[in-house]
Amino acid sequence: MEILVAAILTIITAATPLLFAALGELVTEKSGVLNLGVEGMMVMGAIVGFAAVHYSGSATVAIFASMLAGASMAAIFGVLVLVFHASQVPTGLALTIFGIGLSALVGQSMIGVAYDGIPQLHIPVISDIPVIGEIFFSQDGLVYLSIFMVFAVMWFMNKTRAGLILRAVGDSHDAAHAMGYSVLKIRFLAVLFGGAMAGVGGAYLSLAYSPLWVEQMTAGRGWIALALVVFASWKVRRVLLGAYLFGGISILQLHAQALGIAVPSQVMSMLPYLATILVLVIISRDRSKIKLNAPASLGKPFHASR
Amino acid sequence: MFKKILTSVAIATCLSAVGIANAETKVGFVYVGPIGDHGWSYQHDQGRLALEKELDVKTTYVESVPEGADAERVIRQLAADGNEVIFTTSFGYMNPTIKVAKKFPKIKFEHATGYKRADNVGTYSGRFYEGRAILGTIAGKMTKSNIIGYVASFPIPEVIRGIDAMTIAARKVNPDVTVKVVWVNSWFDPGKEGDAAKALIDQGADIITQHTDSPAPLQVAEKRGVYGFGQASDMKAFAPKAQLTAIIDDWAPYYVQRVKAAIDGSWKSDDTWDGLKAGMVVMAPYGDAVPEDVREMADKVKASIIDGSFHPFQGPIKNQKGEIVVKEGETISDGDLSKLDWYVEGVDGTIPK
Repeated sequence: MEILVAAILTIITAATPLLFAALGELVTEKSGVLNLGVEGMMVMGAIVGFAAVHYSGSATVAIFASMLAGASMAAIFGVLVLVFHASQVPTGLALTIFGIGLSALVGQSMIGVAYDGIPQLHIPVISDIPVIGEIFFSQDGLVYLSIFMVFAVMWFMNKTRAGLILRAVGDSHDAAHAMGYSVLKIRFLAVLFGGAMAGVGGAYLSLAYSPLWVEQMTAGRGWIALALVVFASWKVRRVLLGAYLFGGISILQLHAQALGIAVPSQVMSMLPYLATILVLVIISRDRSKIKLNAPASLGKPFHASR
Repeated sequence: MFKKILTSVAIATCLSAVGIANAETKVGFVYVGPIGDHGWSYQHDQGRLALEKELDVKTTYVESVPEGADAERVIRQLAADGNEVIFTTSFGYMNPTIKVAKKFPKIKFEHATGYKRADNVGTYSGRFYEGRAILGTIAGKMTKSNIIGYVASFPIPEVIRGIDAMTIAARKVNPDVTVKVVWVNSWFDPGKEGDAAKALIDQGADIITQHTDSPAPLQVAEKRGVYGFGQASDMKAFAPKAQLTAIIDDWAPYYVQRVKAAIDGSWKSDDTWDGLKAGMVVMAPYGDAVPEDVREMADKVKASIIDGSFHPFQGPIKNQKGEIVVKEGETISDGDLSKLDWYVEGVDGTIPK
C-alpha cells in the first residue's frame, strides 16, 4: 500500500507538466492553429520561471513569469503565422529550436543554482489522513491548478458562447468570418493561451518536478503533449486520461525495474508511449466521431479576402 | 546554431617554457554538452582553464557539438585554425577524430574514452570505478535498509563497471547489502532521473547513487531525507545534507602534462587510463553526515588503491549465481574490465540486453 501511494504521488508530478501543455495546445488547435513549438515554449517557461523564483523568491511571481514567457513565445508564432501567413508547421518547428537555444542563452547564469521547490499544501489534520490526505491534500499548488484548468477548459469549450465561437473558428473560418467574428483575433488569443499553458508546464519541471535549471530539461515532453492532443482526438477528458496514463506507466516501469522484474529496460522505456497511444486510439477509434471533434480548419491559413 | 566559439587569451604565468617564449601554442577542445551542464563537459572545461593558467598557451573550445558529421567539421576547423593539440572529449568523436587526424599528421589529437589510436591520436579516460569502490564502502557502512539504489544510464561496460565496483566494495563492509538498478535509457533527463530515484527510495533504498549527468537524483535524495553521491562534479550546492561525497573528474593534470609534452617534443600517441593515483579521479570532501569511522575506512580504501595494495576488482569475486569467477589473488585485467558485461553477487535484477 505504501509503495502504491508513493507511486501515485510520483505519477501525479509526472503527469502535471504534460497536462498543462496538452490542454493549452488543445485550445490552440481547436481554434484551427497547429503550433508545433510546444517544446520551445515549455523550455522558455522553465528557465524564466526558475530565474524569476531565484530573483524574486516568490513562487507566484515565478508562475506568472513563466506564463508570460510562454505567451511571448506564442506571440512570435502568432504574428508570423496569422499576420504574415507563414506556414504553421515549419514556423512551429522553428519556434522549438529557437526556444531551446534562447533558453540556454538566458539560463547561463542559472546553472548550478539550487532551489527547494514550490511549497506543498498542508491543511492540518486533513493532509495527515493516510492515503487520502497524502494524495488529495498534500500536493503543490500547480497540481491543483492543472486539474482546475481541465474543468475550466471543458466548461469553456462546451458551455460558453466564447467556446462555441472558438470552435466555430477552428471548424470553418470562412463561416465564422461571414458571421462577423474576427478569426485572426480569436486565433491569436487561443495561441497565446496555448503558450501560457506550455509555459506553466515547463515551469512545473523547473520549480517542482526537479527544481533546478539545466539546458533542454524538458527532454521532449512538449512533443508528448502534442501527441496526446491528437490521440485524445481533441477531447479534454481524454487528454487528462492520456497524461495520467503516460505519467503512470513511465513511473510504474521504473518501479517494476527496481523490483527486478525481468523485462528489458528498453522495452520498459517504450511502454508509456505504446500503451498511451494504444489506449487512446482504441477509445477514439470511431472515425466519424474523430471527424466531429477534429477542428476542420486545423493548420489552414485564413485570408479575409477569400 | 547555438554553438559558440569562444576564445580566450592566456595569461602568461608560466616561466618554465623558455624554449617557446615567443611562440604561443594553440590548443583546441571539443565538448559534447554545454560547459554549463555541471557534469561531464563542465569538468573538461575546468581542465582547459587550468591548462591556460599553467602554461603559456591559447585555448579555443567549441561546446554542444553533436556526435557525428558535425563533429568532423568542427574538428577540421580547429585543425585548420592552427591548433597544435586538439582534445575531443566524447566517445562519439572517435571516428571523426581519426579521419581528421589523417589529413593533419603534424597535429596531435587526444580522444577521450575511445579505443582507436593512430600515430598522432592518443586516447585517455578515467578509472572512475576506483571512486565507485569508495562510494561503495561509505554506502555499505551507512545504509540502514541494506538497499542501495543505482540510477543508471545505458548498459555499457563503463556503467556496469561502476555498478559492480560499488557492489563489491559495499558488500565487503556489509555482506547484507543489495544494489537495485533502474535504467533510465538516457544520459540526461532530469525529470526521469529524479523519478527513478524516487522509485528506488519508495522501494526501500536509503542511499542513492547515479551514473547519469544531472543533479536531480541527488536532489530527490535531499528532499526525501536519504543520502547520495555527486557525479562528475561536486554537487553539494544541490544537496548540502545528502551528498556524502562525489566522484570528480579532474582532467587538468593530464591536459597540462600532454600539452607540455607536445611543446617539448616528447609527445607520443598512447592510451592513458588513470585513476585516483594520477589525480584524474578525485573525491569531493566528505559530507557532514559521514561519521569519523566511516571516513577512516574510506580513506584507507583510497590509500590502498593509490599505493597499489588493493584493486577494486581483486578476487574473490562471485557472480549473481554465487559462483566464484575471480579467484583469490587474481584481479580482472584491464582488457576484461573494458568489456565487462556481467553483474557481481549482490546486484538485484538482470542486465538489459
